[in-house]
Amino acid sequence: MSNQLGSRLVTYQNLPHGQPVNEILIEEKISIQKELYFSILVDRQTESITILCSTEGGTEIEEIAKSNDKLIFKKFIGSGDLPTEKQINCLSSKLKIPTQAHYDFNKFVMNLFKLFLDKDLSLVEINPLIVTKDHKVLALDCKISLDDNALFKHENLEQSFDWSQVDEKEAEAHKAGLNYIALEGTIGCMVNGAGLAMATMDLIKHSGGLPANFLDVGGGASAETVSRAFKILLSDKNVRVVLVNIFGGIMRCDVIAEGIVSAVKDVGIQIPIVVRLEGTNVEIGKKILDESKLNITSANSLGDAAKQAVIFSKA
Amino acid sequence: MSILVNKNTRVICQGFTGRQGTFHSEQAIQYGTNLVGGVTPGKGGQTHLGLPVFNEVKEAIKETNADATVIYVPPKFAASSILEASNAGIKIIVCITEGIPILEMLKVKKTITRNKTILIGPNCPGIITPDECKIGIMPANIHKRGKIGIVSKSGTLTYEAVHQTTSIGYGQSTCVGIGGDPIKGINFIECLSMFEKDNETEGIILVGEIGGNDEELAAEHIRNNINKPVVAHIAGITAPTGKRMGHAGAIISGNSGTATSKINALEKVGVFIAHSPAEMGETMKGAMDKY
Repeated sequence: MSNQLGSRLVTYQNLPHGQPVNEILIEEKISIQKELYFSILVDRQTESITILCSTEGGTEIEEIAKSNDKLIFKKFIGSGDLPTEKQINCLSSKLKIPTQAHYDFNKFVMNLFKLFLDKDLSLVEINPLIVTKDHKVLALDCKISLDDNALFKHENLEQSFDWSQVDEKEAEAHKAGLNYIALEGTIGCMVNGAGLAMATMDLIKHSGGLPANFLDVGGGASAETVSRAFKILLSDKNVRVVLVNIFGGIMRCDVIAEGIVSAVKDVGIQIPIVVRLEGTNVEIGKKILDESKLNITSANSLGDAAKQAVIFSKA
Repeated sequence: MSILVNKNTRVICQGFTGRQGTFHSEQAIQYGTNLVGGVTPGKGGQTHLGLPVFNEVKEAIKETNADATVIYVPPKFAASSILEASNAGIKIIVCITEGIPILEMLKVKKTITRNKTILIGPNCPGIITPDECKIGIMPANIHKRGKIGIVSKSGTLTYEAVHQTTSIGYGQSTCVGIGGDPIKGINFIECLSMFEKDNETEGIILVGEIGGNDEELAAEHIRNNINKPVVAHIAGITAPTGKRMGHAGAIISGNSGTATSKINALEKVGVFIAHSPAEMGETMKGAMDKY
């Protein structure tokens, strides 16, 4: 166990290079009677809070869900009310909870559901949930996802976030109010809007290149945010060219152009930049870039921008 | 014709006197949108941008006969703004605000379903019928009145579709940004049905993205109900599995919700796929020629 501390844990659920193991939780050994799976989440199809559970708890749950979905029970609870006793009894019978454990199980479901509502969770997953040989109900492992949009209601939860588990550049971006995900390629991307950012990555691959990141600077970024975004992009040593793709709605092209120019001057950037601007104040934006006399290539269309960036990335 | 909004739509703005509300209301007025007033609690009785300000939506409807509202209030208060407008009996709510907690949206959905309110968004650019009514944050000058109906989950990709259909001379009948949140108001299916019925709309562009199964459901609907050419672009084909790409809805889980599964579903029912986001306009041109 001592050699686990300080190492990086790699599983299919985390980052490609794993996540650091800083702490180890030691628990008493428990004699298990039944191993169950239990989770609460918002189901987007039925637009209701939903309980998913199974008698087949443990590590193989995803395989089971794929091969025999009859073993997974789904119970729609509603849009914010606690489950009724009848609903819980139904789960209890589906999960074949022994009579002696009924009281414990009801209490567990109710409390977990209250937690889900009180803390604005988007997912709580207990796997395994167990019934011990002396009929106690215990959660042996747990995964909780918070709804980012509701964090303003839960300051203490936000503060307890462990930033050591996040990619450094992603953490820095988060602090700047940017939406950034590090990837493996060589073309740094700065785009406004999540959809366009994804589409830009798709287009780069379509044109034969590899994106180094996903970065959505959002709808209302200032010149300063753009500048910070640029610095984050450039801190990735794999990046050989930066592609800026902005379709200005709320975001004005002149603001973006100013941000680019000031960032390039600040950081003293050596690699080429391809910029495609469109939308509000596009003419002023282009003029600012042209007059800056920096190593910036203006692209005329989305397709053209991707092609140019791919050429630079392979130069 | 057009769908949902036109020059007769009487619009109010919630969050009217705020920074966003002010900026986009000015733009809307300039565009010719029939903006008739606004709501900011505590500022009732004042005049802003030459229009009356009210404390409550109910009062605003009574005085101005408004039938649509646009919401620019911060995420903390946005859900209750939607509830207020729906309960006051407004027909169409356009919610631009991004970042409304999902559990609050569940309650909103329950109420608007009961009241039969049409909600567009949240977390969307809004809706525009070119030359008649602009409700939202889209850049006005890229639009041109014409024959393509656009419905999209993504804001900036909507602008791409608009820009491209304007460039090839087709123009747009109405563009609806439905937003990419997992719990939202109207979806692809409702918009597709309305475009099908609209005489002015000759072709439809659908812009989707990874996550959920809205696009798969839209494909089912198209198979049986849509007789106009549909072009689709799905963003996120190269998105790495399990990584979150910004929109709460854009989460890949397992095989459902991937770009590939959506593209296959749409292609199967005869939808023309624009594989590159730069080719939505051209693909529509090809589709129109074949039809």
